[in-house]
Formats: sequence, C-alpha cells, structure tokens
Amino acid sequence: MSMKQRIIIDKRQTTLKSFFFQWEWLLILIFIIMTLVNGALTPFYLNANNLIGATMTFLDKAFIVLPMAFVIILADIDISVASTVALSSVIMAVLYNSGMPMGLAMIVCLLVGTLCGFINGILVVKFKELSSIIITLATMIIFRGIAYIILKDQASGKFPEWFNFLGWGYVGVVPLILIVFIICAVIFTFILTKTAFGRRVYAIGSNPVASRFTGIKVDKIKVIVFTLTGLMAGITALFLTSRMGSTRPNIATGYELDIITMVVLGGISTAGGKGRIYGAIIAVFLIGFLKYGLGLFNVPAQVLLIIIGLLLIIAVMIPNLKLKKIKLRR
Amino acid sequence: MAEKVVLKKTFGKMNVGKLRELGMIGFIIIIAIFVQMRNPRFLTLENINDLIKNAAILSILAVGMMMVMITRGIDLSIGATLALSGMIASLTVSVNPNMSPIIAIGIGIGVGTLCGAVVGGLVSKGGIYPIIATLGMMSVYRGLTFLASKGKWISAQQMPVSFKAIATSPIFGINTLIFIAIIIYIISYYFINHTRTGRKIYAVGSNPESARVSGINNNRILFMVYTIMGALSGLAGVLWVSKFASAQGDTASGYELTVIAACVLGGVNSAGGSGTISGILIGSLLIGILNNALPLINVSPFWQQAIQGGIILTAVIVNTIVKRRVDKNNLSRRQI
Repeated sequence: MSMKQRIIIDKRQTTLKSFFFQWEWLLILIFIIMTLVNGALTPFYLNANNLIGATMTFLDKAFIVLPMAFVIILADIDISVASTVALSSVIMAVLYNSGMPMGLAMIVCLLVGTLCGFINGILVVKFKELSSIIITLATMIIFRGIAYIILKDQASGKFPEWFNFLGWGYVGVVPLILIVFIICAVIFTFILTKTAFGRRVYAIGSNPVASRFTGIKVDKIKVIVFTLTGLMAGITALFLTSRMGSTRPNIATGYELDIITMVVLGGISTAGGKGRIYGAIIAVFLIGFLKYGLGLFNVPAQVLLIIIGLLLIIAVMIPNLKLKKIKLRR
Repeated sequence: MAEKVVLKKTFGKMNVGKLRELGMIGFIIIIAIFVQMRNPRFLTLENINDLIKNAAILSILAVGMMMVMITRGIDLSIGATLALSGMIASLTVSVNPNMSPIIAIGIGIGVGTLCGAVVGGLVSKGGIYPIIATLGMMSVYRGLTFLASKGKWISAQQMPVSFKAIATSPIFGINTLIFIAIIIYIISYYFINHTRTGRKIYAVGSNPESARVSGINNNRILFMVYTIMGALSGLAGVLWVSKFASAQGDTASGYELTVIAACVLGGVNSAGGSGTISGILIGSLLIGILNNALPLINVSPFWQQAIQGGIILTAVIVNTIVKRRVDKNNLSRRQI
C-alpha cells in the first residue's frame, strides 16, 4: 500500500496524448474485443434489437452505480444498498396490498429508500471513528432484518397491470428503463463534472481535513451523497419489483458487491478522490453485455463469476504495473 | 514528563479496552439471566455445549479476520474460500472413503492456504486495496467451487462416517470443534502477544510508514496475514462441511459479514492497529449466544436478523461514545 497523496488534483489539461491514455479507453477496448468475440461466436449477438432489449436485464442495479461512484470518490463505501432495495420494495408491496393506491405506494418506496440512505449518512458523519463499511454492514443487516419482519418468508405481488410497464415496457424500440437510466446518468455526470458540488466531492475524497479547513461543509455533502444513494436504491427497487412481478425479503441479495465491482472496474479508486463517472457507466454496460453474450452460448453462471472476478483484479492491477510510457489517467 | 503522558495514554487505552470487554461480558450475563428466566433449558450443560460448538467455527475465522483488520485490511473472500476448501475436501473423501479424516483436514487447510496466499500476493505485491482484491477473488473462488462440484451437492450419504465424525467425536472429552478452537486461540494468543512477528502485525496496522522506517517488511506481514486467514478458512471449511454433513456451492455465502461483525463486536477497529484475542472471543460468543438464545425464547426467526443488526450497531456506537469520553477525560487531565 503506497502512501496516500494529500493533494487535491486540479482538473488537468487534456492533451492529445493524455486523452488517449485514459482508463476509459481500456474499458472501451475490452468492450470492443468482447463484442467482436461474441459476435463471431454467435450470430444472434450482433442484433441491435436484441442488444437494446438486453439492457433491460441488467440496468436495474445500474441506478445505484451512479451515486455509489460518488460514495467511493468520497473514500467511503455503502454496502447496505441491496438491503435498502429489499426494504423499500417490501414496504411498497405490503402497502399496496393493504389498500394504498399504487402511485402513493411507489412514492413511499422512494421515501423509504431515501430515509435509509439518510440514516446511513447521519451515522457515518456522527461517528467518524467508525469506517463506513462497519456502519453500513450493521444497517445492511438491520434493513434486511426489517424486511423479513414485515413479510416473513412470504412473497407479495399482484401489482396493477400498468406497473409492469416500468420493467418491461418499451418506448418505441427503446426500453423505458434504458431511457430513465440515460437521464439519470446525464444528471449525475453533470453534477459530478460541472458543478461545485462535484468538485467538492473530489476534494473531500482526496483530503477531508484540508477540505474542511477550506470551508467545505464535509458533513453536509456526505449526508447528501448517502441520501442520494438511498433514493437511487428506491428507484432500483421500483424497476426490479416491476420486472420480478412480486417481491420477497431476500430480493437483490448480493447486489452491493456487483455494484461496487462495476464502480471499481470503471476506474474509481477506493482510496477516494480519483476516477470519473464515465468509466463506471461503461463498466455497467461492459459487465451487462458480457453476461448477456456469454449467456447466449450457454456459459454457466459460475464461469461468468470467475471471469468477472478476474477482470476486476486484472483491471485494477494494470495501473500498478508501472509501465514507463503508458500511464493511464484515472 | 513525556514518559508520564505516554504512560497515562496507554493506561487510558487499556482502560477503554478492559471497560468495553467488561461491558460486553456484563451484557452477555444480562442476556443469559433474561433468557434463563424465560426458558430454563438455556443454561444446561447440553445447551451450552451446543452453543459453543456452533460458535467454534465463527471464532476460528474471527482470529484470522482480526489479524487482517489489524493491518487495516478486510477479507471478503473467506466465505468462498471456506466453501471451496470444504468442497474439495469432501469431494476427495467421497472418492476415497477410507481416507483418514486428518488428511481431509490437511487438504482443506492446503486449499485454503493457497487461496489466502493468492489474495495476500495481490494485496502485498500487487498493491490492490484489500476490499477489491478479496471482492474479486471471492467471485473466482465461488465460481471454482461450483465448477469443482459441477453444481452438485455432496450429501451426507456420500461422506464416510469417519469424516462426519470430525464434528461429533470428542477429543479428551471435549468436542473436536471446541478442542480445535481452543488450540487455535492458545496458539494465536501466544503468536500475537509474545512473538516478534505477531507484534509486527500491530505495528504495520497502527502506522505503516513508521513500521517501514523501523525496518519491518510490510509486504511480508500483509502476505502472511492473508495466508493465515486463508489457512483458517480452509480448516473452517472442512469443519463446516463435516458439521452440516453436506457441501454445496453456496456454502457459507455471506458468512464473511458475520465474521466481520463478530470482530467489530469484539472491539477490533477497522481503521487498524487494535484488536485483542479476548475481545473477539467475547464477540463470537455473543453472536453465538444470540443465535442460540433467540429461538429458545420463541423470538420469531424473522426478527432475529434485525435484532442482531440492532445489537451490532448499538454495541459499536456505545463503544465509540465511551471511547470519546475517556479520551476527553485523559486529555483534560493531562498537564501541559
């Protein structure tokens, strides 16, 4: 583990060279290789309709990838997101089935997610001695536990017809979920790259102490970011529940690890302060299409696990190899 | 003067550690009395034996996790390592039923050590953050477990009696699981507190830079810590498979979080540098007691998870608040 640099990185000038030696190009290269291999092996892969349709299968968790990128740039982590998804989904289903109108239940679902995120944020800020992994580990168990208390081992569903449209619906030829994701991605990218808030997130991740002395309200920003994570978990809960058609307390198990994998593969360092959100967005599609493509020619899910695990490790290793000329910008 | 300050500081720190351990023991006693009042079957020899037997595997893993956490790391791959080594050991045993169970344990430890060494290499030589390295290897080991078994279970009928007996037979009148856990605790207590290498683990965790300056090979310590963790997970894998008499692809999935919770309850600081053997013993026992006692007093199984989480969160927060108070007192008492 190398010494952590205590500097806040300026926005660097983009020269032609630095533009091409960026982390994202590596991801895109992997993406292209994967597409070519998949396309060569099965004729069904390179079909625009199929490809766009396939995004429906993996985009549900991608909503959380966006705020998780913020959290990891802050040098924190949130492993309670999957439990938040389960809790908000379960509460929505139970409220609807006890007579609440679906629209209202959906709003409650988002509110529950937001509240969970807010609780995480407050705890992380109030107890700075504890790392966020410990706090969110505890809330992860609690949120999932509450979902079990509410629904026991039952499933709850019987949603109205129109609710299925969220997860299965198309607008023209494009799935609704893809459109919503693109909108969210644009908003989050804008916040992180173009606003003062985004720059402050980077500053806090690089050096929280110096940031506080510069007058940045570190605590406030952390709470906002964790709350946003909760809100996006609520959105994931909506789409996931709609796709599944019913919900159970064990829904979305293990999502937190998938999400963190995508963020880290996207070049965002868990040391904080480094990385860009484009990478994470590319990584979402990279892993998603990899799973879809390998699924087309019956590669078992277990082999997929191994491939994704190795991909993560190799991707993180490459910048550490210290090749003299090629230094990827992260 | 300076010495005095240092002395007071260490004294204060000891106080916090002792205080929280006493607090935890007090909490355990309160739970025990409460549960005993509700259900007199709790404090019987049979139930206590059962309870400790169930906590044994958790406490073995907690030892390794504590060392990892002292070096500021975390190991998310242990559930998968446990499954892989348990699966390979039981596959071997199912093919060679006449094999001695000791060799099976050896195979498990071997596989686990190898898994741990890979993680250790990635963390120390590769310079990857522990959470990422172990997250990646977790998927790899879990996938390998499925591949090794081709997605099938190894059920009780396929395991020879001698193998299943590992978890049920006694050594010197004590159940083997408990016996192994006790041996591991004695060895690791000596290792961590009384050997030079053991102390180096703390040095690397509390301040990596000064550890390096004072001539400690940080990378070697990191490698060692993850390898020990792997070896213990391998051992735990065989014990687990023998205890439940079945090896599956998703054995112990998510168990790493329970182990981390036991360590955190036991006062191991995830920021590195602190953690005691007595603490994690209490932490694992507390989780063991919760698992054992809640069903005994007819708490619905669906409430158990939330209660456990609530207790972990409360314990961690109370610990922080107490520590803040003590530190503040120490600071105001200090003469300038």
